[in-house]
Amino acid sequence: MSRYNLTHLRELESEAIYIIREVYAQFEKPGILFSGGKDSIVVTHLARKAFYPANIPFPLVHIDTGHNFPETIAFRNNLADKIGAELITPLVQDSIDKGRVREESGKDASRNWLQITTLLDAIEEHQFDALMGGARRDEEKARAKERFFSHRDDFGQWDPKNQRPELWNIFNGKKNYGEHFRVFPISNWTEMDVWQYILIENIEIPSLYIAHDRDVIWRNNSWLPVSEHISLREGEEVVNKQVRFRTLGDITITGGIESEADTLEKIVGEVAAARQTERGNRADDKRSETAMEDRKKEGYF
Amino acid sequence: MENSYLDMELLRFTTAGSVDDGKSTLIGRLLFDSKSIFEDQLDQVESSSKKRGLQHTDLALLTDGLKDEREQGITIDVAYRYFATPKRKFIIADTPGHIQYTRNMVTGASTANLALILIDARKGLVEQTYRHSFIASLLQIPHIIVCVNKMDLVDYSEDAFEKIKSEYEDFAAKLDVKDIRFIPISALNGDNVVNRSDKMSWFGGSTLLYTLETIHIGSDYNHIDCRFPVQTVIRPKSDKFHDYRGYAGRIAGGVFKKGDEVAILPSGFTSKIKSIDTMDGPIDEAYTPMSVSITLDDDIDISRGDMIVRKNNQPNVSQDIEVMLCWFNKNGPQIRSKYTLMHASNEVKAMVKHIQYKLNINTLHRDESFDAIGMNDIVKLNLRTTKPLLQDSYRKNRSTGSLILIDETTHETVAAGMII
Repeated sequence: MSRYNLTHLRELESEAIYIIREVYAQFEKPGILFSGGKDSIVVTHLARKAFYPANIPFPLVHIDTGHNFPETIAFRNNLADKIGAELITPLVQDSIDKGRVREESGKDASRNWLQITTLLDAIEEHQFDALMGGARRDEEKARAKERFFSHRDDFGQWDPKNQRPELWNIFNGKKNYGEHFRVFPISNWTEMDVWQYILIENIEIPSLYIAHDRDVIWRNNSWLPVSEHISLREGEEVVNKQVRFRTLGDITITGGIESEADTLEKIVGEVAAARQTERGNRADDKRSETAMEDRKKEGYF
Repeated sequence: MENSYLDMELLRFTTAGSVDDGKSTLIGRLLFDSKSIFEDQLDQVESSSKKRGLQHTDLALLTDGLKDEREQGITIDVAYRYFATPKRKFIIADTPGHIQYTRNMVTGASTANLALILIDARKGLVEQTYRHSFIASLLQIPHIIVCVNKMDLVDYSEDAFEKIKSEYEDFAAKLDVKDIRFIPISALNGDNVVNRSDKMSWFGGSTLLYTLETIHIGSDYNHIDCRFPVQTVIRPKSDKFHDYRGYAGRIAGGVFKKGDEVAILPSGFTSKIKSIDTMDGPIDEAYTPMSVSITLDDDIDISRGDMIVRKNNQPNVSQDIEVMLCWFNKNGPQIRSKYTLMHASNEVKAMVKHIQYKLNINTLHRDESFDAIGMNDIVKLNLRTTKPLLQDSYRKNRSTGSLILIDETTHETVAAGMII
């Protein structure tokens, strides 16, 4: 490689920083949608790089379902504190208490859909006009069609058939009052890129991603962590396994994989050898063929 | 895990094609052979294919993820796909051949280093070949690979390949592309895709994947004409960095070094680069397409939309722009139509002064007596802006030579423009 060539990771980094700075320049009240997962951690890291030596000029917004891994919450609080970022945590429980949404019932109930209402309410309350997220195009087929700057109408909805074309590095963030944008600075990254980047930048991540011993049960073809939010079904038994999680969502729907990868290097090696996508263990994507598109149209992340 | 995987190059390429020219098969093969398709994705695609009563596994279902696309069996939008080999990471902008073809092809082409053009060996050059090649040329994609596909159906005949090649070369003489290569392949059987074909020993060139992995892209960026559009100003106002003023942006051309004498446009003030900063520490030089922040020796009022350049190499500063536009909207431009124009980090109002001609994308004929301009048309026209633009020709710099027009009421992006 010649002297004036960036590596793929540095080129992706530079692209993401450019986009984060565009958001700051084009919008009045942006925020980072922070889930505590590796992708939003990487976006937050890139935002720090974009504005160094100043602090990140926008808050971290975490839609809190109440069904979190305790490790995620501890990590989130610690990170916000360390980088001096404001933390906004709208609660799904509040939306339930106010009667804005009703808790799902049945054996596969989750709070995944409910978050949408909490998120859209928070956007209105805080007047956010752009929210950045860690979604990637390689994650899921509906996301493969997503723009960097994704327009949302007055109802927070996505119209996939009527998206603005994005050319070169010019991003059109124009909107009418009440509309907003979702922005995805790491659209072009793959799961592998994210892990390689975490490795070369030595970015701190929740311990859940690294192989550890945990009480789990076998459900929906993955190791579901035992927590106060799930109850055992007939035939299920609690076992202790060495597992790690490839994605982090609610504790009720995120399955782990058996793994011995207890260092970042080993994780990168494991990702390289993986024959299943990382979302293969996410119950929220399995509800139908177009589960992600359906949720995104309504205003999901 | 070898560390060499950490410093691969990134190659972005675009493809376009119709349903039956083997494009999905080819992309599927590249993804499959580079192990970029996962088992659960393949399971899902297989079961979706069966549900639709298809005999084969339709790899298009991998990224035709939208409900309407899956129901109608069409691709609506540009789909981005990713794969990597130990040498390079690839981003494919896969554009549909029919619907909104110009808009989608132009979008995919705007960031591409390379265009992959598929020709059916039995059919030779068709309308779409001309169209796609012309757009690749218009958008200044530096490299074109022409894959003559379905060679298995013409008995792997060298004559068939050579005939298509020379026909394409005749046509390409009218285009503005420097690097064109031809590869005879069979995407279905894998001939010359990843592995060399033993059925075409007459072909002395490289396989498609080898070409994608090794084609020289280091010179695709402009490393000569220094251009730094200021995106935003970083002012920490903290105790430690009380007087810090960093100009943040992404280098759009050339190499900037600490100590360089620079000019700030449009004001014309000059200064010297004091430091080039990143969170990992100051660096001595920065080049395209790095995102950095630059501090200067002198306190000068600089804000978003300004550009830092070298004193002796400056862009053209003018309110008059001659531009080639791809029109994306039902409502075409007329004389005196007004738009918001975005260019580099600048945003101005622009008015249409004169429409020169509409270009027939299939024949390259210039039509000066057209009725109206509509969706997917390509036109050459003159704009006048409210403020001077810091413009380069698109041929010189794809970043500072490109612009978009935005409708002032709907806020839609209505056109993409290349400065002449």
